[in-house]
Formats: sequence, structure tokens, C-alpha cells
Amino acid sequence: MTTITAYTSHHSPEKGLMRWIKTTNHKDIGSLYLWFAFIMLLIGGAMAMVIRMELFQPGMQLINPQFFNQMTTMHGLIMVFGAIMPAFVGLGNWLIPMMIGAPDMALPRMNNWSFWILPFAGGILLSTFFMEGGAPAFGWTFYAPLSTTFAPDSTDFFIFAVHLLGFSSIMGAINIIATVVNMRALEMKLMDMPLFVWTWLITSFLLIGAMPVLAGAVTMMLTDRNFGTAFFDAAGGGDPVMFQHIFWFFGHPEVYIMILPAFGVISHVIPTFARKPLFGYSSMVYATASIAFLSYIVWAHHMFLTGMPVAGELYFMYATMLIAVPTGVKVFNWISTMWRGSMTFETPMLWAVSFVFLFTIGGFSGVMVGIAPADIQYHDTYFVVAHFHYVLVTGALWSIIAATFYWLPKWTGKMYNETLAKVHFWWAVISVNVLFFPQHFLGLAGMPRRIPDYSLQFADFNMISSIGGFAFGTSFILFTYIVIDCIRNGKPADARPWEGAKGLEWTLEPKAQYHSFNKPPTRELIKQESQNS
Amino acid sequence: MSKLTSYLGSLIAIISVNAFSEYDFNMTRGVTSVSRDIYGLHMMVFWVCVAIAIIVFSIMIYSLIVHRKSQGAVAANFHESTKAELLWTGIPIIILVLMAIPASSTLIDLEDTSKAEMTIKITGHQWKWQYDYPKEGISFISNLKQNSKDAIYSKNKHENYLLEVDNNLVLPVDTSIRFLITSNDVIHNWWVPDFGVKQDANPGFINDAWAKIDEIGTYRGQCAELCGKDHGFMPIVVDVVSKVDYAQWVLKQQIAKAAKLIQSRKTWSKKDLTSLGKKVYNTNCSSCHGITGKGIPGIFPALRGSSVATGDIKNHIGIVLHGKAGTAMASYKNILGDTDIAAVITFERSSFGNQMGDLVQPFDIKSAR
Repeated sequence: MTTITAYTSHHSPEKGLMRWIKTTNHKDIGSLYLWFAFIMLLIGGAMAMVIRMELFQPGMQLINPQFFNQMTTMHGLIMVFGAIMPAFVGLGNWLIPMMIGAPDMALPRMNNWSFWILPFAGGILLSTFFMEGGAPAFGWTFYAPLSTTFAPDSTDFFIFAVHLLGFSSIMGAINIIATVVNMRALEMKLMDMPLFVWTWLITSFLLIGAMPVLAGAVTMMLTDRNFGTAFFDAAGGGDPVMFQHIFWFFGHPEVYIMILPAFGVISHVIPTFARKPLFGYSSMVYATASIAFLSYIVWAHHMFLTGMPVAGELYFMYATMLIAVPTGVKVFNWISTMWRGSMTFETPMLWAVSFVFLFTIGGFSGVMVGIAPADIQYHDTYFVVAHFHYVLVTGALWSIIAATFYWLPKWTGKMYNETLAKVHFWWAVISVNVLFFPQHFLGLAGMPRRIPDYSLQFADFNMISSIGGFAFGTSFILFTYIVIDCIRNGKPADARPWEGAKGLEWTLEPKAQYHSFNKPPTRELIKQESQNS
Repeated sequence: MSKLTSYLGSLIAIISVNAFSEYDFNMTRGVTSVSRDIYGLHMMVFWVCVAIAIIVFSIMIYSLIVHRKSQGAVAANFHESTKAELLWTGIPIIILVLMAIPASSTLIDLEDTSKAEMTIKITGHQWKWQYDYPKEGISFISNLKQNSKDAIYSKNKHENYLLEVDNNLVLPVDTSIRFLITSNDVIHNWWVPDFGVKQDANPGFINDAWAKIDEIGTYRGQCAELCGKDHGFMPIVVDVVSKVDYAQWVLKQQIAKAAKLIQSRKTWSKKDLTSLGKKVYNTNCSSCHGITGKGIPGIFPALRGSSVATGDIKNHIGIVLHGKAGTAMASYKNILGDTDIAAVITFERSSFGNQMGDLVQPFDIKSAR
């Protein structure tokens, strides 16, 4: 016992800046990830504001078409690789050790490194704005040959940044797998694990499978651009469509990398505020695993118009439709969890319930775009833009915000301002629908995506969408205030601030200490806090 | 403040513009059997989704209203039911199979281009479309109309703004047409919603699609794959005409082609070459090299004082004809005629401050091909 005390006091945090640079503590690194993701969210959001300002009315008013393409490209890249993914790694870092009764991540030094690569990768990516020829302008999907032969020199910096982001993600994933497998409390069986841990474990395998493929794609781009190869150039025997196959073999699992941990978060919040155990724990686990498996075999549904043979199109259509089944299971399980519960609607629950509504709308439009012949009309229009923003903003981002309010008391030991948080929720949920719902109409009426200017019949919905966009954008000012206000002036929170909350993290002190679970939790405690009751 | 007033001003402008803009909420039904099949599928899947949404969301909303702690609800403790899980795995599978059957038959139909009566070759260029009628020997480039180009930076927008071109594609009605779609540079996508045709144009490969158009009229579409700076400015306009009108149009094009051939045999004056060259330059070259020849640093080279435009004229001709490998500079051999190429080279060498003063004749181009 004395050795443990000595160990703890020796490892109290350093003071000042060096604490953050040298830290190997999962909570510090989790916070770093979350703050980094938040800053990137604001930068990517600012770009979205520029896009919506230019699209406010027909004609080019503020920026030129080349810069518009830079905005859409960098908005996508930053939101995917800079905001959503790091935010989930941050949540994983903070929560997984506490949820499995581990003192820290399995590979703490690598953990430090995987975070500190990110600011450099992000910096390199953003620095391309100041280079001759400007930032990447070929869309976040960077299809060759627009991104090879036809792209400015700054593209090589983009490639390097993607490599760094990939290293960071792969290391993060290895760390999570190693932690869940090796650091889990001895008494905790796999089927005792909380859903957030399960979804992150499965996500990690997706990351390890998908990110090297992305690295391969950008490496081939690099050699095509600089060393005379012709992977994607028909003139040299290559094939530009092969780029899309490689990209989407990464890209589709990537979609689920961004949504599976979100499923995990929602599976914690809903049972808590319904005061009822999660319905169908094991079917949730199996559904997550099936979605992960399916995500590897549906990639070409992004490519129905590339000239694939009919047999290929049929296969990818059928496989894609199958995804609706496990996803439906999840939605039905959440609703069954609410059914005959005793619900209250604190802020995290508001975000979670609206997640179920809005993510499901994104799921419906997902089924629609999965129908290959109909996708001929939907493909590359605003209908697709609306679809993936419903799943990524009101899906992935919604769950991150829900998680922030849900676990903020555990991270800070303090309560946020509930009234303000509710105002923020309603502000965001209304404006986000004003922003994205009209984009369905725009797409169906025939507005292609990624265009800086449009013809007159698209004017009204674009203006409505822009107004929603500005309102949604400003809601993040309030969000920032609420979080900082909580950290500075929040009232002390209870160890278990939510009446119905289950999970080992709530057995810790109101503000989780720098090192938790130096002594693993007992079997009894694990059973008692398990979601699989 | 000035920005605010300009915004308010444009807001009023927009509202007045709306007088002739249509409110489109839904996908077009279109004018081909394929587009109607797609529309039918779209509406079917849509209503299935709406039905599921009504059922699922009603249950959820009921629960949100009734099963509240403030309503005195006491939490039940059930958390598992294999029966329920099987039910909501099985029912969606049945619904999906029912949707997959019509989707498959439509897909198989629209991919079958074997029954075509005529063929059009469509080539995407940054940022224009080239249309070839291989059998009729007709070929032309279709650019965004100058009207629309002028309106981009002005307050006044007219009907069909950004959806009008200088040379419309002309097709006969009630004829099965096969489109062979390819690209000369990056990936484009030829999309006319009313035909239900949207197909990637891949450089180095040829894709196909087909349409049999039922109604005479003018149909508009746009490029639907990000292809660089002016992706938003390469629309498609198709005039569908009666078979008789189509035959007349073909004849007229063939006569015009012969006339052009005669033009290219004569010796041109420098003045005529330069004025034609300016026109050709503004349509074909200015989107990259700029109206004033300044290009875009780091992306597209300037022509002002460039080593090509102020160097050996043979090299200049070679680059325009054959393009520059590994760059965005395309080969114009098959895009422009001898006269146009001669004119644009002559123009480039004596404009933007370039003072070469030399000129090149159409027959020089012919022999350089």
C-alpha cells in the first residue's frame, strides 16, 4: 500500500507548459486531444461560414472559384481528420481507462507522441494556404488526376500531413487495443465492457485496417507527382478509377470510424436518463461488429457512376442495403431503452434524443443513396451533402457534444450551467435543421455539390441554408462560454451527478484524480456497474 | 456598414429575381423511360422511409411524452428480448429485398446500351464540353455563354444564368442514343437530370450511357464531378428536335464545316488573325491563363512575357497542338481548327505586352499537325 502512495505522489502533474508537452497521463492527453479538436472545429467551421456566405446568393461576391474549392476541400479535411477523429480519440483517452478500471493507457509515451504529431500535421496542412498556388482545391476525396497532374506544388505538403495524421491515428488505435486487451481489470470480462469501450475497440480495428490504405493512396500520388510513376494516369497504363477504389476502401470504413464511437456514447447517455438498463446489450455489440465488417465490403457504392460493370453495381447495392439492418437494430434498441423508462431531459439527454431523430433521417437518406439507379440522380448533388452532414454533424458531432456535457462533471468536478446549456441545445438543433434540411431539396432539384455559384432556381433554399448556417455557427460561441464557465465557476458536482448513471467512472471522486484505479475494481463493483445486467 | 447595405440591396434583388425562379423541391420526372424509372424508385423508397419514420418516430415521441419521470413514470427493468431483436432484424430485411427487386431491373435496363440507333461522343475538358457526331462528321465545343460569364460579377442575373452555352448539343427526339463519355484532362461528369443520364468522364477510358428522349424541348444540366477552378461553370444544354429538324441541322453543320475548310486555305491578315484570336483566346484559354494573360501563380503559368509566347514560334505551335505532358496544358489538336489555332497563337504573341509581331497562317498549322 505504501508503495502505491509513493508512486502516486511522485507522478502528480508537472507545473506549467512542460506538463502538457511531456505528459503521459491519459487524462491530460485526452484533454489535449479535445481542445485540439475543438480549435480545429472552429477553424473548419469558419471555412464553412465562408462557403455559406459565398453561397448566400447567386454570383461571386466574396471569393474567387479557386479559393472556394480550397475552402470546401480544407473544410472537409479539417473536420474529418482534425475535429471529429481527434475528438473521439480524446474521449477514448479520457474514458476508456476509467471505464475498464485501468490506471492509464497501455502505451503512455506513444500516447504522448500520437497527440503531438497532430498539431504539426494540422499546421502543415494549414500552411498550404500561404504557398504559391494555394491550399489543396481538389475536394477532401482528392480524386486523381485533379490531385496529381493538375494540382499545385503545395499538394506534396498535404500528402505529408495526411501521412502524419495517419501515423497518429494508427498509434492511437494500437494504444486503445492494447489498453482494452491488457489493462482491463482482471475481473472484467469482454461482455462486461461498457458500449463505448466496445465501439472504440471495434473502431480501432477499422483504423488499423483503413489508415494504411490511405497512406498507400497518398504515397502513390506522391510518386505519380514527383517520380514519374503512372498509377493513376491512363497514358502510362494506370487508371484514375483505381485511385477511387483505393481511396474508398479507406473512405468507407472511415465513415464508420467517425460514427461507431458515437453509437457508444449514445448507448451510455440514453440508459442513464431513462433510468433503465440498455436494451439488448449483446445485440448492440454484435450490430457494431457487423457494421464494422460490412464497412469493408461496400466501398464502391461511392462510385456507382465511374463505369463499373452491372454485376459490380448490383453487388455493392445489395451489400450497402444490408447496412441498414444492424443500424436499424441499434436505433430500435435505443428506443426500447427509452420505452417505459423514467425519463428526464438534462442537456446530454437532449443531445442524445435529437441524435436518434436526426441520425435516423441521415440513415433514411443513406438508404436512398444506396439504391444504385436512384443514386444516378443523387450522386454529387446537395442531397448527398445533406445526407452526410446529417450523419456527421447531427450524428458524430452531436454525440461528441452529448459526451462533453455528460462527462464534463467527471472531468472537471463541476457542473455546467444547465439553463444556458439548454438554450444552446435548442439554438443549435433548430439552426442545424434550417442549415441542412433545405439542402435535400437543392440536391433533388439538381444542384451539384462543390460549385461556387448557382443558377437562379436554387437561390431561395441556398439563402435559407446560409441563414441557418450562420445561426448554427454562432451557437459555438455559446458552447465555448458554457464549457469555460463550467471549468472556472461551475458549482461542485457529485461523484455520480446523474441519477441513473452506471459505469466504473462514476465510482471515482467527483473530479477524477490524476491517477485512478491504482487498485483494480472488484468483481462485485464491475458487475454492479455493468451495462450488461 | 457598406457591406450590410450591399447585402440588404442584394436581398431585395434576390426577392425580385424570384419572380421567375421556380420552386423545385423534388427530383425531376424527366423525359426518358430511365429517368421515369429512377423517379419511380426514388418516390417508392422515399415513401417507404416516410412510413418507417412515422411508425418509429411516433413510438419514440409517445415514449418521450408518457415515460417521463415528471409524469410519475417508474422505470421498468426489461432489457432483452430475442423475439423483438429477430423481429426488427427480419422485417427490415424483407423491406430491403422488396426495394432491391425493382432497383435491380432498372439498373440492368439503364446499363444496357446495345439498342442504340446513333452515337454521340462527349469529351470533358477543363471547363467545357466537346461533342462529336462520329457518323455525321460533326464536332464542336460547348462553352458557358458570354451572357452568363458577364453576369457572374454583376448584380443582374437573367433566366438560365449559368445554364446556357454558346453551342447547344442537338439531338433527335424518339431515337435511342448512345453516349460515349470520356475526358481529356481530369474527371468530369456529364449530367442531364431530365434524361436520367449522369456518367463520369474518365481520362483515358470511355464510359457509356443511353437515352431515348420522348419530348421535344431544351434540357439543361451541369458537370457533376469536381474538375477544378471552373467546375461550376461548365453547363450542358441539349436541344431535342424533331427528326426532320435534326436532319436539317446536320446538313447545315456540314455545310458550315466545308466553308470553314475553305477559309483555312486563304492567307489571313494580321489584323483579322488577331481579332479572331482574341475571341478564341477568351473562350478557350482565358479561364486558366487569364483574360490579361497573367495566369494564376503556382497553378497556371502567365503568358505575359512567357518563354513560349515570346520564344520560338515552332515551339509555341507545338505546345498548343500537342499540349504539355504532366501539366494541365491540353492538346488542342482535336479541339480547334487550323484557323483558330493560327489566330490564337498570333494573338498571344502580340498581346498582354508581348511584342513578337510575328504571325502564323492556318496552312502553317496544317503542315505542323
